[in-house]
Amino acid sequence: MKKFDKDRVLLGLAAPVLSVLGALIVTGLVLLASGKEPFHAFHVMLTYGSKSDSQVYILNKATPYYLSGLAVAIGFRMNLFNIGVDGQYRLAAFFAAAVGGSMSIPGVIQIPIIILTAMVVGAAWAAIAGVLKVTRGVSEVISTIMLNSIAGIVIGFFLQDGRLGVTDKLANTITTKPIPPGSHLFNFTTQTDPVVGFIVFAGLAGVVYWFVLSRTRFGFDLRSVGRSDSAAQASGVSVKKMVVVSMLISGAMAGLVGMSTLLNQSYQFSTDFPAGIGFTGIAVALLGRNNPIGIAIGALLWAFLERASNGLEFEGYDKEIVGVIQGAIVLAVVIAYELVRRYGLARQQRQVGAELAAAGSDDKQEVTA
Amino acid sequence: MLSRYLRLHHPARTGPVRPGPAGSSPAKPSPEPFPRGECAINASTSPPAVELRGITKRFPGVVANHDIDITVRSGTVHALVGENGAGKSTLMKILYGMQKPDEGTIAVNGEQVAFGDPGDAIARGIGMVHQHFMLADNLTVLENVVLGSEKAYGIGGRARARIKEISDAYGLGVRPDVLVEDLGVADRQRVEILKVLYRGARILILDEPTAVLVPQEVDALFENLRGLKSEGLTVIFISHKLGEVLSVADEITVIRRGTTVGEADPKKTTAKQLAELMVGSELPSPETRESTVTTEPMLTVEGLRLFETDSEGVERIVLDGIGFTIHKGEILGIAGVEGNGQAELVEAVMGMRSLNAGVLTLDGRDITRTPTRRRREDGIGYIPEDRHRHGLLLEAPLWENRILGHVTERPNSRGFLIDPGAARRDTERIVREYDVRTPGIEVPAASLSGGNQQKLIVGREMSHLPKLLIAAHPTRGVDVGAQAQIWDQIRAARRDGLAVLLISADLDELIGLSDTLRVMYRGRLVADADPATITPEELGSAMTGASAGHLAGGEDR
Repeated sequence: MKKFDKDRVLLGLAAPVLSVLGALIVTGLVLLASGKEPFHAFHVMLTYGSKSDSQVYILNKATPYYLSGLAVAIGFRMNLFNIGVDGQYRLAAFFAAAVGGSMSIPGVIQIPIIILTAMVVGAAWAAIAGVLKVTRGVSEVISTIMLNSIAGIVIGFFLQDGRLGVTDKLANTITTKPIPPGSHLFNFTTQTDPVVGFIVFAGLAGVVYWFVLSRTRFGFDLRSVGRSDSAAQASGVSVKKMVVVSMLISGAMAGLVGMSTLLNQSYQFSTDFPAGIGFTGIAVALLGRNNPIGIAIGALLWAFLERASNGLEFEGYDKEIVGVIQGAIVLAVVIAYELVRRYGLARQQRQVGAELAAAGSDDKQEVTA
Repeated sequence: MLSRYLRLHHPARTGPVRPGPAGSSPAKPSPEPFPRGECAINASTSPPAVELRGITKRFPGVVANHDIDITVRSGTVHALVGENGAGKSTLMKILYGMQKPDEGTIAVNGEQVAFGDPGDAIARGIGMVHQHFMLADNLTVLENVVLGSEKAYGIGGRARARIKEISDAYGLGVRPDVLVEDLGVADRQRVEILKVLYRGARILILDEPTAVLVPQEVDALFENLRGLKSEGLTVIFISHKLGEVLSVADEITVIRRGTTVGEADPKKTTAKQLAELMVGSELPSPETRESTVTTEPMLTVEGLRLFETDSEGVERIVLDGIGFTIHKGEILGIAGVEGNGQAELVEAVMGMRSLNAGVLTLDGRDITRTPTRRRREDGIGYIPEDRHRHGLLLEAPLWENRILGHVTERPNSRGFLIDPGAARRDTERIVREYDVRTPGIEVPAASLSGGNQQKLIVGREMSHLPKLLIAAHPTRGVDVGAQAQIWDQIRAARRDGLAVLLISADLDELIGLSDTLRVMYRGRLVADADPATITPEELGSAMTGASAGHLAGGEDR
């Protein structure tokens, strides 16, 4: 048994190592083809990305990436492809900012209200796709993509002077009313920039994700639907209900994505609120194989690469090379995991077969006698 | 086991069943001469159309075929019979070049061959008609036939003439310009046969061709097969329906557990003898059974109706007027050709389909609207027909599969939390008590062989002490030893008051286990029978809709 486990750990490590190596090789070739020296570029990325202010930047960036990855992973565990995290978190952050800006009560009460608003809005927006899927058979891929764009229009409609927005004369932009200082979330001060306090909530979300999925009855049901909806149905899970519920949870998780920006950094929602994190989440969830620790590593890696791209720019490289690395990593991860999975399965079947053959030698006599 | 085997093949019983080289001496052909009458059809000296010697094929974890020896004489219909999972399909894939054997030789018309892919087999004149048709619905028959072999006769008039010629020669009645989507199942099958002939096949493999046909269509197909034979073609016919095999085949080879166990002359063999050869000698003996049936009803089904809307929006009646009662300690067997509504009945009782009409009562409580999970908690155990679709999470480890379907029950969970420790321990127990062959409980279910997967499912369901067990083909694809074990477990639970709804394609299993038998035909229960007096033949004919009402002797119920 122990040997089995050790092999499994080795197999588990094989895939990420292989994929990062593969991605580096592909990027190296691209750099060579463009007439640049690859090893120097990697060196620049490593040194620049590991500076202390870079570390803070990476942690702050990774926080929303992580939450976004979790939100996507909940869908993946169900075989649902929630591409709508992007629209969900933006809409959620917008309404949470509007609610936060309109009140001025002690932070202990107001911050939970803001977070809750975000979760409810995100969940409600995601639920539309879930309900459409179970009642009308609309693919969640299509509906969530469309809901992303509708979310943008909804925000555009409300983010106007006289509705939920106010004009910021200095910056010449329209924002929501700023959240009062009493409801700003704590930060961790460092020698350079502060680290966002919401990182604690992100970590908690990861623990809750792990606990619910792998330790509760509900999580078991959810995972069984993802593995085989016919078997789950036969086992007594209402698959349709599960689709809606998991979309709700995925949306609520997506609602948290914008909270580190809102509560720790911008304190208001404006047109330059970070966009596209929902799509980053897809890559991060793929990288992390839906595992809470894996997703954390994926989120950190993604943030590191983005930070490193700045360093490359200073040294005269094209910063787009980081986009190539990111793309190559995602592809390599998908391929490497599939290869390792197949190899592992075949290997395990061989082991089972060998064990059967060993055990079967005595009952063969029983059969052929 | 030995005595039974000998009894079946004893030389003194100059029966028609000739033992094949079972197990011990695979390569040596039987020295025993052909029984009288068997050689009448083809006594010429032409080499056999197909000769397989010592074919062995291993897959990870299982040996699908070993020491297969088959001789198919040219110009005959040769049936290959065996239970589901006996290895028939793998063997045919080997012969058609879709799989390579690990050991053994294939000779076609006396020449040794090695097929790399189906193209090689087709070049040698071997064609295969698959169980699932491979036709493009939106193309005409002509287009479907020429597709992929445009070089043979072009795509125009020449091809049409050739299709007509083949169709007339073998009485297939194929019209070249009809859209395939307008054709019924039997017509599509004829198109498939024509497609194979068009490519020049002289040896046809038909994989379970009757599974999708109604009885009249089966007769028509057999007429076609006889036509092919009279033109000198060779047909290899795979089936597990013994009645059909006996009526159409010239020779029969029986496969059991991956190897050839014997050959039989259909003229002198009964379905019973063939079944014994097919299943092995562990057929249940109805005489030794004592009744445990009580008068307390466990499951009552009244007036059950179920419609199904197909993709074109047409409503079809799947189940109609189904009514029966299973008492505590009673096993009710449902006989029927597959696809007559048995699967839907099971899903209705499990709560996986909502009824259009009818009432289900379990142990005195109305469960018509109860969701599946509640029904399982209330004591319905379920051994599904398709264990991969409905019984297992193939990629999950065994202990998670032990939880599946019983996630709300102990030892799997406490309150809302899963209890992995207890579930693991209980999985160890099931593996031990039910003899599941596995290196551990952390391996995924997919890496176990079918029989061991089934043992795990049976162990899981029986561990929750069900009141009612729904057993759909409980021993399908399971080896003989495990089969007897599963039967014993069902019998033992029955003694303690378990009610069982048994659905099986294995008539001997049905007759041997059941206390009451019903026959299902086109969504209705058309006949009932007393398992103590009925024979498989009588039951088989009732399954084709030939007879209704109360079958055979025995007292009225």
